[in-house]
Formats: sequence, C-alpha cells, structure tokens
Amino acid sequence: MTALLNMDVLLDELEQGLRSQLREREIEAPVLIGIRTGGVWIADLLHKRLGLAEPLGELDISFYRDDFSRIGLNPKVKPSHLPFETEGRHIILVDDVIMSGRTIRAAMNEIFDYGRPASIILATLIDLGSRELPIQPDVVAQSLSLTATQRVKLQGPDPLRVEMRETQS
Amino acid sequence: MTQQQGSIRLVGGRLVDGGREGRQAEALLIRDGQIVALGQAAEQGEAERVIDVSGCVVAPGFVDLNCNLREPGNGQKGNIASESRAAARGGFTSVCSSPQTSPVNDSSAVTRMIREVAQAQSPIRVLPVGAVTRGLEGELLSDMAALSAAGCVALGNGMAPVRNARILRRCMAYARTHDITLMLAPVNEALTADGYAHDGLVAARLGLLGIPEVAETTAVMELLLLAEETGVRLHLNQLSCARSVSMVADARRRGVAVTADVAMHQLLFTEEALAGFDSRFHVRPPLRAEADRQALLAGVRDGVISAIVSQHQPHDSAAKQAPVGATEPGLSTVESVLAMGMILVRAGELSEQQVVRALTAGPATVLDRTATLDEGQAADLCVFDPAASWQANDQTLLSAGKHAPIRDRDLPGLVRQVWCQGREVWNHEG
Amino acid sequence: MTAHNPSSQSLQLTGDGQLKHFLTLDGLSKTLLTDILDTADSFIEVGERTIKKVPLLRGKTVVNLFFESSTRTRSTFELAAKRLSADVLNLDISTSATSKGESLSDTLLNLEAMASDMFVVRHSQSGAPHFIAESVTPGVAIINAGDGRHAHPTQAMLDMLTIRQHKGRFDGLKVAIVGDILHSRVARSQIRALNALGAAEVRVIAPGTLLPADVESLGCRVEYDMARGMRDLDVVIMLRLQKERMEGALLPSEREFYRLYGLSQDKLALAKPDCIVMHPGPINRGVEIESAVADGPQSVILNQVTNGIAVRMAVMSMAMSGQVAERGRGQQGGDAA
Repeated sequence: MTALLNMDVLLDELEQGLRSQLREREIEAPVLIGIRTGGVWIADLLHKRLGLAEPLGELDISFYRDDFSRIGLNPKVKPSHLPFETEGRHIILVDDVIMSGRTIRAAMNEIFDYGRPASIILATLIDLGSRELPIQPDVVAQSLSLTATQRVKLQGPDPLRVEMRETQS
Repeated sequence: MTQQQGSIRLVGGRLVDGGREGRQAEALLIRDGQIVALGQAAEQGEAERVIDVSGCVVAPGFVDLNCNLREPGNGQKGNIASESRAAARGGFTSVCSSPQTSPVNDSSAVTRMIREVAQAQSPIRVLPVGAVTRGLEGELLSDMAALSAAGCVALGNGMAPVRNARILRRCMAYARTHDITLMLAPVNEALTADGYAHDGLVAARLGLLGIPEVAETTAVMELLLLAEETGVRLHLNQLSCARSVSMVADARRRGVAVTADVAMHQLLFTEEALAGFDSRFHVRPPLRAEADRQALLAGVRDGVISAIVSQHQPHDSAAKQAPVGATEPGLSTVESVLAMGMILVRAGELSEQQVVRALTAGPATVLDRTATLDEGQAADLCVFDPAASWQANDQTLLSAGKHAPIRDRDLPGLVRQVWCQGREVWNHEG
Repeated sequence: MTAHNPSSQSLQLTGDGQLKHFLTLDGLSKTLLTDILDTADSFIEVGERTIKKVPLLRGKTVVNLFFESSTRTRSTFELAAKRLSADVLNLDISTSATSKGESLSDTLLNLEAMASDMFVVRHSQSGAPHFIAESVTPGVAIINAGDGRHAHPTQAMLDMLTIRQHKGRFDGLKVAIVGDILHSRVARSQIRALNALGAAEVRVIAPGTLLPADVESLGCRVEYDMARGMRDLDVVIMLRLQKERMEGALLPSEREFYRLYGLSQDKLALAKPDCIVMHPGPINRGVEIESAVADGPQSVILNQVTNGIAVRMAVMSMAMSGQVAERGRGQQGGDAA
C-alpha cells in the first residue's frame, strides 16, 4: 500500500485544466457537483480553489446504478443534495476515479432528473482506462494503467491520498 | 395386513400396563385371541410361533376416546379404512369414532352403517360415539336408547356445544335414565365466538382472534354442576386449561362421577407453536400457555385426567393451506401419539407407565372396558421400541391427513407390531 | 415445545440479515429499521425533484394484491412502485371470493404465471402475507400492506419517519397510542417499532374492551384514563375507530367514546407543549379527534401522507435488493467505478 501520488500536484493539475476549459467555453458561473464519496472530497477542494459563489452539490447515484439486478441496493444510500437549480446551468461534475464510465452515466441521468443543464464538464482525479461506455473526462489529473490484481482507492477526507493495493483475486 | 391365529409367544419384552412398570423382560403367551399366560407360565406354554421382542415394550393395544375417522363423509379427509389403518399403525386397537360426521351419527342407522363398514374394512375395533342431540344442533334429544342399543359406547357432542343449559340438563337426565356415558367437550360458544387461538401472548402479538380460557372453564363448571345434580356419568373431552383440571379434581373429591381426557399434543405444545403462523397448530381447544401445559401434565400424573386421546382430525391439504384463521382446526395425530408421549418421557415430564396407562386402562375404564396384560384379556397388544426412531412425512403417513404435528424429524417410539384379538394388524416390517 | 416452523424472522431476512420480504417488524433490529428510515429520507429528496422517478426497479413487475379494498393504501404503493420505475398491476380481489383458503392458493398459482417480482398484499386474515411468502416461488418479494389484526409495517415505519423528522430521535420519547388497539394492526406494528427504536415509554390508552389479552407483553403500559395517559407525552397517535365496534357491545356509543378517548384541545394541553399529533387516517372528525386539533399546529397528519410514499419506496427497493442478493449468492458481483 503506497501513497504514490502527490495530492497537491494532482489538484493543481485539475484546477488548471478546469480553468482553461471554462475559459475556452466562456463559462462565467458554473456550479460544481461531486459524486459520493470520493468525488465530493475532490469537489470540495476544487470549490475552494475556484472560489465559486454557489454551494457545492452532492450526488448519490445509488438509485441510478445499472447493476441493481446483480448486486442490489447500497444499504448506506444518502440523499443527493443539489442546493441550486440545474436547469440551463453549466455544471462541473467531479469524481475521483473513472474506469468503466458507468458511474458517470448514472450521475448524468440523475442530474437530468433535476432539470436540463446547459452543459456538463467532467473532471476526474484519476483515469484508469478500461472504458465500457463512450464517456471521456474533459479534465484528468493523472492517467494510470493497472495490472489485473491492482486496485486504486481514494482515502480521505483528511488527509486526502490515493492508495494502490494488490488484491488476491 | 397379515392375519395369524394360533398361539404366539412374545419373549424378551418389558410388560407395561396400568399396573405394571415392566422393570424386567417377561414372556407373554397368546392363544385364540386371548392372553393365556405371562412370565414363567408363558415361557413353558406351547407356542406355534415365538417372536423375539427384546428391547421393546409390550403394552395393551391403545384405546382412543376421540378419533375422527371421517366416515360417513365425502372421503376427501379420509375414511374408516384409511384412518383405522393409520390408528393401528399408531398402536391403537380400539378407537371411538366421533359423532361429528356427515351425516351426524344421531341415528341407529348411521351407527349400524359405521359398524358394518368397520367390520369389513377396519383391522381394529371401531367404537361409535353417538350424537347427544339430533344433528348435534343442541335442540332435540337424539334417540339415546336406540343409539346405545345399536352399539354406541357413549354419546357426545363432538366439538359442537349444547348451548342451552336447560336442554343440556335434560340430555344428562335422560342419559342417566339409560345409564349412558356422556362424552362432552366443554365449550362456551359465545365466548369462543370467531376465535381460533389461545387468547394470550402469541395471539396478542400476531393479532390472532383469541379464545379465552373462560370459554372452556365456564363450560366445565356448568357441566360439572349439572352432572352433579343429574348423576349422569360425565366424561370431559380435551381439557386445555389449568383451571379446568383443578375444577375436575374438586368435583371428583366431592364424588361427582366425572372423568376427563387431554389430547396428547396439548401436553407437548403451547401457544408458541402458532408463532410462525403454522396452520397445522390451529386446533380446538387451542394450544394454551406453558402453565396450562404443566397443569395438564400434573393432571395425567395424578390421574385426574385418566385418558390421553389423539383427537385425530385428518384433513385434505387444501383445508390447511391458508392463513391460520381461514383453515379448519385439527392435527393429524393418530400415528404420532406414542412418539409425542415418548418425547415427554425423555423430557422426564411423564413416566413410560403413565403414558401407557393413559392410553390403555385409563380410557378403557371410561368405556367400562378393560385394557390390561392379564390372563383372559383379549390379545389386543401393542409392541413398541422406545429407542427406535422414525419420521413422519407425506410418504410414511398412512392417514389421509398429512399435517402431523412433527414432520421430517426423527421421532422416538416406533410401533413394531400390533395385534387386535390375536390378529396381527400392524407390522413395521411390512 | 415449539413447533419447528420458520419464524417470520428467518422468512423475511436473507442469510446475511438483509430484508427480502417485509411481513412484520417483529425480529427486525434497530439497525435495519434505521436503514429503512435513512433510505426513505433519500427517497423524500427524490420526491422533491422535477422528475420524481428513479430507474431502480425498471423492468420489474409489482402486483398490488388487495384482498381487502383500500384505495388510499393501494394508491401510495402504486405511486411508490411507479416512482421506482416498476410496472404495476392492481388486483382488487373481493374478500368474499377468496374467504376460503383454497382460493388463495389458487389465486397465487394463477399469479405466478405472470412472472411478477413483487406482491404487495393486503388481506383480512392475520398471517396471510406470511402464508403467501411461504408458498410463492423463490425470488418474489412479499410486502405486507396490512393483514388482519397482525401488522401494517409500512404504516408504522412511515409514522416512525414522521416522528424522527419532528423529534430528531427516539431515545427518551414518551408516546401514546389511543383507541381501538384490539383490532389494530397499525398499533401492533407501531408498538414494536417504538420499542425497537428505543422510545422511553409506549402507552396504550383505551377501554378494556378494545385491548387484547396480555397487551403489556407487546411492550407497552395500559392507561384507561386519558387525562393521566396524556401527561408528559411527546407524541400522541390516534387510531381510527370503526363504526361496527358499537355492535357486539365493545363500546356504548361514539359520543361516549369521544368524550372519554377523543383528542380535544383540552386533553392535548395535558401533554408536553411540543407534543405532536398523529393519525394513520382516514380521520373520523368528532369521533377520535376534534377538528381544531386535527388541523392545528401540533398536527402532523398531512406530513404522514408524504412520508408514506418514501417509506414504501425504501421497503420495496430494499426487499427487491434482498431477493437479488439471495439469487446472486455464490455468483460474482461486478465492480462499477
């Protein structure tokens, strides 16, 4: 188990990427939504760095997962909390790790049930590849490619760090 | 069913009856349908066959004061042929058939029909109990003397109470005139109402409709007072409450000619049996509290309750496949009575002899009969192995009713062989 | 000796303690009840969105099997199932046609052919959902929507959600349930829930004719006098009084019942000032409760209706989830990052 990546460097990377995306797209006042739980931790730090006026949104995608028929409901589901109107807004969606892309699909479906946003920018701390859906992040701090037995997990919220571990299976 | 006349010597078994505890193995010799010798004399007597029953108990054939053979009836729930065979397998050689049939056994014609069918199809003695009122409706006296003459050993009410105390009093006075024993189940219908479970903890928790104890105890008191006044010989069927036992004990001390029985399952189970909404345990009277069970056991031990009955009530499966309150009451017990008794023996709650006594001499006395292992007695015998086990399930049960109280588990007390009047009517070996 | 039959507990829980049917609150832990309330909280949030629907039970078929008609309860179950994206079939089967057990078994056989995933059952016989859960094909979840006098667990849980929203806790709460306890499946489930969640005291306030035998064994204290029973209360729950209770000599008259056990402003003033007033509905104004109290500031009766949908969504998705877990036992679950 090693903390192999420097969190400050990664966050700097994300912040820079987002700022340039917002500039390119001429977005003035975006709202920030983190996906529970790791995405919310990252989003919280980015929210401070970007100095956004409106509060941070939190998304629990448990009700939107596509694998209910295989693994059932997350017993610790918490309410999603979007303390702003999403209709017509520019949204920055933040998650810690992207792999298959299924979480992001679920999150976008959920966001649309609150209203139709103007646009969504996806930012993830780590991209592990192995995509199963045609979804790509707009901003990534670090791309990694893992062996079959390696797993990556964000630990936090304080201190926030990325851990990699070997599994048996 | 094999039939063997002639003389048979049983060796190696322990002889247990109302008076014998069977401390050691003794031989028993039967000839021409009678017990002719015991012990030393039996060993010396001539025998065509010798059967080794080592490890087994040799008891008189069991006598059941309350059994539903479902004939006459539509046959769905069993008939005399199926249920008497099941009773033989349970160790019984005499069963009283409940008057609650369709049509009700309230005429000598029905009684004769039962006896004729039994003669032809039953391996064991079927003793009809007639209805005390016409159609068991509690309004008009049945032809008591005619029923008695046709072969009814007693008259009863099944589970249908005679609601009107004035009519009940006249039933008793008339039965007394003809020296007829009345076998009555104490039920106050108004207090029973729509109930189907003991009005106690489990009914409160599960929201079952309760039958309070007073639905039985007020009826017991009424029956005892009327019996005392009329002088009728009264037998109370299926007590379920502690209070009933003490009232019967008091009445007997006063010299009232009253006897009582209890269903074997009442001695083993309590209201908790319904905790999982198990419809099998919807029985009448309902299974009551542990204190009641303890008092019933004490009643059997000290003889206030002189008989244990099967209260066998076979049903077709549909009658039991429903939420408890929508099912018909009754367990299919006649094959499991001994096993339940042996569970009580193993738990130290009754002795082996107490169980045998309450299944033989006790009930026989109520009918003015005998059931002992004495010379000159009919060779009605039940040989069972208390150590061997068996399982009740759809395949093994002979009764049309498969709702036995304990299924798919090892049961102690295997009935090996049963003779009725010297004829073998059950052999476990087939 | 107890019979060897499956207890409600083993029947409605998976091997690892998840809900797979929802038949009764008996045997459910505080943790599990709290999970239900927490999940319901999440569904309340869903109900506040523009689109109040989540795709959780997409492709599943839920059959509302009502042997006893109740438009109100059936509607909330229907709405709950629809908000979970399930397909819903409503079957109102008159009690008269199925008063015999044979018919219930036959009804079930017919329904199994429809390949349903969940039955929501309302029946006049105590234990009917239990019986159906034992008879039905594995994989089909049974939700009790009220059986006889036995249980109405979703109603009790929505009441618990309402209490938690207003009081924030159960510890230390004194709660009274007033009225026809004897015939009330709601009261039995509420008493069980309040005890499991840690309420300090549960009182039942009723005349002796409307109390079951051994009622204290359920975990409550009996009070015949309402004025005494109202003291120090945090929550008072009024039960509906059925008109037919005047027959069979359970009560002399509605007027006398209201005078002794109806909730008036005077009687409510005897409770704590912040005592909340609940009623599972529908209300008989002037029989159980004075209109001014039902519509007053301490009444949370309307709130209870909103919570009903969320609690039913929670229970339905949790039971379906338990069935999934049971079926998938031994199979591999997939990662979805």
